[in-house]
Amino acid sequence: MTTTIKDRIALPPKDAQKTNMTCHFCIVGCGYHVYKWDANTEGGRAASQNALGVDFTRQVPPLQITMTNAMTNTITDHSGKRWNIMIVPDKGCSVNSGLSSTRGGKMASYMYAHDGIGKERLKNPRIFRGDKWLDTSWDNALAIYAGLTKKILDTDGPSGLLYDCFDHGGAGGGFENTWGTGKLMFSALQTPMVRIHNRPAYNSECHATRDMGVGELNNSYEDAQLSDCIIATGCNSYETQTNYFLNHWLPNLNGGTVDKKKKWFPGETAAAAKVVIVDPRRSATVAICEQIAGKDNVLHLDIEPGSDTALFNTLLTYVVDQGWHDKDYIAKFTKGFDDAMKVNRMSLEDGSKATGIPVAKIRQAADWAYKTKASGHRPRTFHAYEKGIIWGNDNYVIQSSLVSLVLATQNVGRRGTGVCRMGGHQEGYTRPPYPGDKKIYIDQEVIQGRGLMYTIWGTNPFQTTLNAEEHRRVLSRRAQIVNQAMAAARGASVEQMVDVIYDACKNKGGMYVVGINLYPTTLAEEAHMLLPAAHPGEINLTSMNGERRLRLSEKFMDPPGSAKADCLIAADIANTLKAMYARDGKADMAKRFEGFDWKTEEDAFNDGFRRAGRPGVGPIDSQGGDTGYLATYALLRKAGTNGVQLPIKRVEGDKLIGTEMAYTDGKFDTKDGKAEFKPAPWNGLPKIVADQKAKHRYWINNGRANEVWQTAYHDQYNSFVRDRYPSAFIEMNPEDARTMGVSPGDVVEVFNDFGSTYAMAYPQKAIKAGQTFMLFGYIRGVAGDVTSPWVDRNVVPYYKGTWASIKRVGSVDDWKQTISFKQRRFG
Amino acid sequence: MQEHKLSRRIFLKSSGSAAAVVGTAGAALVSSEAHAATPAGSTSTNLSYPKRSVGKAGGMPVNQAVNFSYPDPSSPCVALRMGSPVPGGVGPNKDIVAYSTLCTHMGCPVQYESATKVFKCGCHFSMFDAENSGQMVCGQATEDLPRVLLDYDAKTDTVSAVGVDGLIYGRQANIL
Repeated sequence: MTTTIKDRIALPPKDAQKTNMTCHFCIVGCGYHVYKWDANTEGGRAASQNALGVDFTRQVPPLQITMTNAMTNTITDHSGKRWNIMIVPDKGCSVNSGLSSTRGGKMASYMYAHDGIGKERLKNPRIFRGDKWLDTSWDNALAIYAGLTKKILDTDGPSGLLYDCFDHGGAGGGFENTWGTGKLMFSALQTPMVRIHNRPAYNSECHATRDMGVGELNNSYEDAQLSDCIIATGCNSYETQTNYFLNHWLPNLNGGTVDKKKKWFPGETAAAAKVVIVDPRRSATVAICEQIAGKDNVLHLDIEPGSDTALFNTLLTYVVDQGWHDKDYIAKFTKGFDDAMKVNRMSLEDGSKATGIPVAKIRQAADWAYKTKASGHRPRTFHAYEKGIIWGNDNYVIQSSLVSLVLATQNVGRRGTGVCRMGGHQEGYTRPPYPGDKKIYIDQEVIQGRGLMYTIWGTNPFQTTLNAEEHRRVLSRRAQIVNQAMAAARGASVEQMVDVIYDACKNKGGMYVVGINLYPTTLAEEAHMLLPAAHPGEINLTSMNGERRLRLSEKFMDPPGSAKADCLIAADIANTLKAMYARDGKADMAKRFEGFDWKTEEDAFNDGFRRAGRPGVGPIDSQGGDTGYLATYALLRKAGTNGVQLPIKRVEGDKLIGTEMAYTDGKFDTKDGKAEFKPAPWNGLPKIVADQKAKHRYWINNGRANEVWQTAYHDQYNSFVRDRYPSAFIEMNPEDARTMGVSPGDVVEVFNDFGSTYAMAYPQKAIKAGQTFMLFGYIRGVAGDVTSPWVDRNVVPYYKGTWASIKRVGSVDDWKQTISFKQRRFG
Repeated sequence: MQEHKLSRRIFLKSSGSAAAVVGTAGAALVSSEAHAATPAGSTSTNLSYPKRSVGKAGGMPVNQAVNFSYPDPSSPCVALRMGSPVPGGVGPNKDIVAYSTLCTHMGCPVQYESATKVFKCGCHFSMFDAENSGQMVCGQATEDLPRVLLDYDAKTDTVSAVGVDGLIYGRQANIL
């Protein structure tokens, strides 16, 4: 067939197989159903003739269904049989109520088909020899991987083994896979030399709030329907938590939930929510909130970059001075208030000076969020935050400042409140405790020539780390040393090659690099070995979303080639090492690699998530807590796309009963159960960042765009995304662009003392003079090349703290002809 | 047979000033009438799209939405004469294009904003560039706005719809 058919879709017949799928991508985790049927058959247009039960004999009215070509595919199983699939959003899922986002709506397209968007998937292990990638067997790949690992472990100890590994849920994560990888790294290999997918150490993005006793996911999505006010800081939720915003914020902003509020909170003043958005940039979310709620009900606090702490301290001071804080609550359920106030106190005038926000606007925000309601009740204010704070100017201090404000006003543990990160990926953490007592800045270890073998597992630091140019330059050089040594090892056996690689790493400054991933990714430019992983649908996988909702995504197709779940790859590595140590007669070492006799993902789930907190089991850090054992695959299948919110309270019949909101009893996650205020001094910008600001004209804000998921590992192959964004774009002020002679679609160089990168100029009226916004983590044009190496006390980066110069370097005619440069802000 | 029914809808000019958001779908949205056009035959890879006159190029106002339905009355569409050549444009100036006005995300009527030459969906805020083949500017759709394929007959100055590139929302196939 030479014709691409874009105006028809094959419908699932009545008897199509139907399974549950939680979206692979963002934190929200929308519920979808997968239909699968023999590709030689299809359903009819009559409602009685298709599995969707929709009448396609006539035009389907708006909002009745989401069904596009992107939601379909034709796959082939290992026996060669062809199947049609359709993955459509589930109206019965409380998360998305039938909505799909531009990311999740493409899931079916991204499932593997030999001639589809996913055709570049890794199908078998590969090794790099000579000048090309060669397919090899798992046995051969594991012999090299485990052989080198063992040699390093025996000679240099675990600190020679570096890992960059996911710790999240969704595709490339999940409770099964964090457990499998964690058990390998932490209790078998016992290496502390591990960093996480988007940051250079083994740490949390939420240390401060956790130290204060407040876990970062403490409410339900439904609470955003019930708030009087939403304060959204550093989160662009329309683009990055789309259906949470559309299905839960939107109906509150347009007054659609007023009756619900009256029912839930009798006697309380109830109105459409007001929203305060703290973001130096006028984001898509600001523009859309104004459309929904009207400009009078949206307050955009466009603070000076990095001044969040000053804003929250000022609000706290103002609230306390007005007497709007909850003195009884503070006395009964918290500690440290007075000490924190000594440090955090900041006048309206000082706050205004630091943030650039007029005093009247700060007062306005406080009035909306904290002033007693007409009915005499304390307002229910939901504080949402994400990377603007997490990758902000001193993560620990900003969170300390924000959560102190929240505790003082009792905006946690009450319905309609919460202080929550909005999230990037879904969550899914179950691991043995980290085997180290300090945070290790792994990127600097690489740069300084330490470590011998680096496994990059479901991550891509080339595109997503900070100070990325230097990191990539050093890693490339070290990888090349190994390549040269391997090239010189003529006719070597596996054992001989392991010795050659080890010598190159140990004595010549080399680094052996292994990528474990769905695709080769840009890592293939430097790696020596690639192992093929699988994603949900090809495997069973559990994850939880931003309201701790645990769901099972069910396997419905084979992975490509011999690809397999990360947990089973970890088990293969462990079992190979166990056999090697057994052959050596080292029983004590062999014992460390026991407990990986898993055949399926469910075995890993039962070994980790379901053993946490059980009698006689060693310590396991698990988001399922001590009641995770109640969740079986069988019960989760029954729970469908609504699953259960962790922690699980009990099982009633075959129904899992979960937890909608944390801290309703005022008992927090500290030893004495009291939430702890934290001093949060306003210190201005770190010197290294301030120095760049002084030298370079433009603030290089960076973050995500709606259409692109993560590193574009799928999207780069999809013309819908790639043709729109062939390179990272940089939004810039139109007047700034004009003065630099930059037209839409031109290529600009972005450079400072740390590196340089390139981006496609996208002038936007919404961007202030002197500011820009660059797409983060993209396949071409790496924003991290110009971020400083500065990190906070827990080695959390300040990705957003980048200033650079910009220069036009050229243009690509095709981009100017085919790409829209219209305003990305609605309204 | 269907030609007669559709012709009544041709050149239903939209109201509103050039700068304002112009409603395009309005009452024309989603007729409940079902029409069985000729389905694709087993000997063809193309659906049997009717050829339907949209109007005279010279008579089309610049940058104002012209409502019509295609390929049947329950599929609202808009034709636009952009005023300068655009990709896929037809007519003497290569500037006439047409689109389905049902958002590909969930079928809400998109509205044409003449000031920006963008179609906007008020349900979930997707935007499509009328000057750039219906490319999604930002939003939740997974497909660009379906383009109505146009034919231009210079002799009669007539613009005709002859097909649709992309699946119209709410259909198994573009021809019911």
